[in-house]
Amino acid sequence: MALHLDVKRSKNVLVARLDGELDHHTAAHVRKVIEEELNHEWVTHLVLNLEKLEFMDSSGLGVILGRYKRVTQMGGKMTICSVQPSIQRIMEMSGLFKILQMFQDESSAVSACGVAS
Amino acid sequence: MKPVHTNFMELCFNARSENESFARVAVAAFLSQLDPTIEDLTDIKTVVSEAVTNSVIHGYEENPEGVILIRTEIEGTKICVQITDYGLGIEDVTEARQPLYTSKPELERSGMGFTIMENFMDEVMIHSKPGEGTTIQLVKQLTPQSQQSLVN
Repeated sequence: MALHLDVKRSKNVLVARLDGELDHHTAAHVRKVIEEELNHEWVTHLVLNLEKLEFMDSSGLGVILGRYKRVTQMGGKMTICSVQPSIQRIMEMSGLFKILQMFQDESSAVSACGVAS
Repeated sequence: MKPVHTNFMELCFNARSENESFARVAVAAFLSQLDPTIEDLTDIKTVVSEAVTNSVIHGYEENPEGVILIRTEIEGTKICVQITDYGLGIEDVTEARQPLYTSKPELERSGMGFTIMENFMDEVMIHSKPGEGTTIQLVKQLTPQSQQSLVN
């Protein structure tokens, strides 16, 4: 598979690190894994770390928006971090940053979910 | 006068989702002879991915027996990529081009495919006939490497 996904827990924040290419083909796997993790009782918030994501198209936007809806419905917050410039461009084009906060690194993105409180 | 450098390639493959990455990488590999900027190459890979994904999901509704054809032409520093499927076709092209429009919201489609194509390419032409298929023609004038520093 051209996309590797790592998930880890940081208190009540689920951190998902994406490595590779996120398109229609790999989106199904990302959606399935994150949805399963979001079913855990301890999860309130979601951070997507895109540091190693090298390619993303509109299928990736669909996956991100889908998880945003789910997390928001759960009463949680979702943030993203470490976005490559080429991927940032299509995110800007789609207006994703109107609803999602972006951070330079993972710890800031996790803190922004309010874990400290 | 120096004749304009021309070249073309054609690819034909099944409408399988695993071929989406094959298609964008193959087109990018063919265009590497023009020594494009990383930005141009990323733009082209993205739009090829969008068009092929549209054929897989909408043209053939994920029937992997469908056939997708890509023709890439080079004319000097101008490139033209044509993506053709023989699937369902688009009933209303104007509606399909609208940002955020998707006929398949249940599949978590963002509806940004054509908007991305229009933003990343100089020209986007859609020829579609319901029941016969769709051809998307994408044209872009590549940025010369020497101008890259001025752009950035």
